[in-house]
Amino acid sequence: MKSSNNNQAAAETPAVESLSTQEQALAAAKSERYQAGSNNNLARYLWPVCALILLLAVNLVLDPSFFSLSYQDGRLYGSLIDILNRCAPVALLAIGMSVVIATGGIDLSVGAVMAISGAVCANLLLMPDIALITVLFAGLAVGILAGLVNGSLVSYLGIQPIVATLLLMVAGRGVAQLINQGQIITFQHDSFAFIGVGNWLGLPMPVWLVIGMLVFTQLLLRKTALGLFIESVGCNASASRYLGINDKAVKSFAYVIAGICAALAGMISAANIQGSDANNAGLWLELDAILAVVIGGASLVGGRFSLVLAITGALIIQTLATTIIVSGLPAKFNLLIKAMVILMVLLLQSEKFRKQLKSLFSTKSRQPNLGAAK
Amino acid sequence: MMSKRFLPLWITTSLLVVLFMIGATQYEGFGSLRVVTNLFSDNAFLLITALGMTLVIISGGIDLSVGSVIALSGVLCSVLITEYQWHPIAVFALVIPLGTLFGALMGTLIHVYRLQPFIVTLAGMFLARGLATTISEQSVEIDHPFYDMVSDFGLLLPGNAWLDTSSMIFVLLFIFIVIMMHFTRFGTNIYALGGNEQSAQLMGVPVKKTTIAIYAASSCLATLAGIVFTFYTFSGYALAGVGVELDAIAAVVIGGTLLTGGSGFVIGTVLGVLLMGIIQTYITFDGTLSSWWTKIVIGLLLFFFIVLQKVLNRDKAEHA
Repeated sequence: MKSSNNNQAAAETPAVESLSTQEQALAAAKSERYQAGSNNNLARYLWPVCALILLLAVNLVLDPSFFSLSYQDGRLYGSLIDILNRCAPVALLAIGMSVVIATGGIDLSVGAVMAISGAVCANLLLMPDIALITVLFAGLAVGILAGLVNGSLVSYLGIQPIVATLLLMVAGRGVAQLINQGQIITFQHDSFAFIGVGNWLGLPMPVWLVIGMLVFTQLLLRKTALGLFIESVGCNASASRYLGINDKAVKSFAYVIAGICAALAGMISAANIQGSDANNAGLWLELDAILAVVIGGASLVGGRFSLVLAITGALIIQTLATTIIVSGLPAKFNLLIKAMVILMVLLLQSEKFRKQLKSLFSTKSRQPNLGAAK
Repeated sequence: MMSKRFLPLWITTSLLVVLFMIGATQYEGFGSLRVVTNLFSDNAFLLITALGMTLVIISGGIDLSVGSVIALSGVLCSVLITEYQWHPIAVFALVIPLGTLFGALMGTLIHVYRLQPFIVTLAGMFLARGLATTISEQSVEIDHPFYDMVSDFGLLLPGNAWLDTSSMIFVLLFIFIVIMMHFTRFGTNIYALGGNEQSAQLMGVPVKKTTIAIYAASSCLATLAGIVFTFYTFSGYALAGVGVELDAIAAVVIGGTLLTGGSGFVIGTVLGVLLMGIIQTYITFDGTLSSWWTKIVIGLLLFFFIVLQKVLNRDKAEHA
């Protein structure tokens, strides 16, 4: 209720302020920007894609053979494929995370859910004569269950998303260790390992899984009203409720999607190493996933999402890591450079910083009193 | 109202006492003063960090960078002492202001550019960890007479219990922060900011100054925690303190502070850390329970306290 009042007040101010032509021009520019944010998607896609292209260009300068691809044993090889393959778990998590963030929430538990689903799959694979499909479904069921737990804590108990998912983040890794009895469980199962290291039509299987999940989620959210509901709940949950949207169910649904994505990512990383390491599987990947979504231009306040941009964010993170390796800088600079990039992206997203930047370049040519008023 | 405000505190305290009693009756040596002082000295760095986290959370924010700041401060200290032969006191005089500045910068970003604390401190977490690994990837040992002096210094209590320097530093900081929170204008401002930023601004709370000071204080305390951690390990390591921020947040929640801000007590956080510590001690004494039960039990405790807060606040909303 409070927030809706604030929004009303904010909506009224531009109308009152239309006194001088200058202020009118400012208001027009403002509304134009809001329009550009909601309707014209081009501007939204511009910056993250530019950043990715820039990074790739840097790589090309550092290593001219960066874009070369070779075809061997029914699979493409090359740095680009490597980036795609390596960023698969984070990209999957980012798909789920962007849906959760769109509802105004956050899911810190995805890393722990990865560990649990990996542990469940690994232990099931140890049983003789178990069907692969059972293992896959069990893994996904873990994700759905985790999503339901998070979702009901957030929507039905009304707990803050950060805290609600912190529970599973702390306890989940304990549960995964409990399932594994503190051991690293290894397995020999070629068809399960296929989802981590296999190839299909020349591309690694994880890449196909990301593409599949992206297409599935995109169709589900954009070809039905669900995506609209999610954005509406993220903008204003109580207003959506008055419109007749079941905001609690919508929120829970978002966490279930995040859970499924996390479970899938967990299975990929388990299949990759042919084992389940409850301590390290998916450790801190939730932070990378949140970063991917933020780099993709989504605000943590919620209200809009773009799965493609989230994946672009994940690609940027992975390309950055690869760039550091290609450039010959020691890997220890990885975190430092990552932090700098995040800070830059954050600042560029801030309205005030953009204004400061603009006035820095064009103080003289524009109306000086506009800058002074700020 | 008053009793309700203190109810989470009472529950944490009684859980602490009950668990201690159970341990004392089950295991020989559990119910001694020595276990209590060990609880303090083993968790001194977490206690100090959690003090800062409490300030941030009461103000309605969050600080994810503290674990990395601990590592950065530890690495900086050990490198300056061991490789550059600085005197530890000179090092501390340099490192503590630097850490405070780090937090002040995060606070500035949060306030001036209206960025979310979660994501800014996340960037701060990567930045501090990155700086620490850049300075030294290996663990650097500290071998200095001053450190031997610090570890020899302490109070011998009855029952062969040893109150070490770190615990004493914590107790001093604790008293200072309790006085600051409840008897100074700054403390009141923090509570006001957490209650509602807009109202606080209208009431004349210097929001900008307070926000920056809160994050500066949190980083300053985390830096101190890093120094205390070097007293504990006699070394600095870039990968130290991973996940401490989560422990600190968990302790704050168990201590009855609302994550939405505006309500909570510093003493609650201390009790929260001690409760988590005593669970750990219990599991160590038992020997048959595996370490992952700590995580599961802490998760359950968190759940219990969050639901409790929810129920208490629902009643409050009905009365209002």
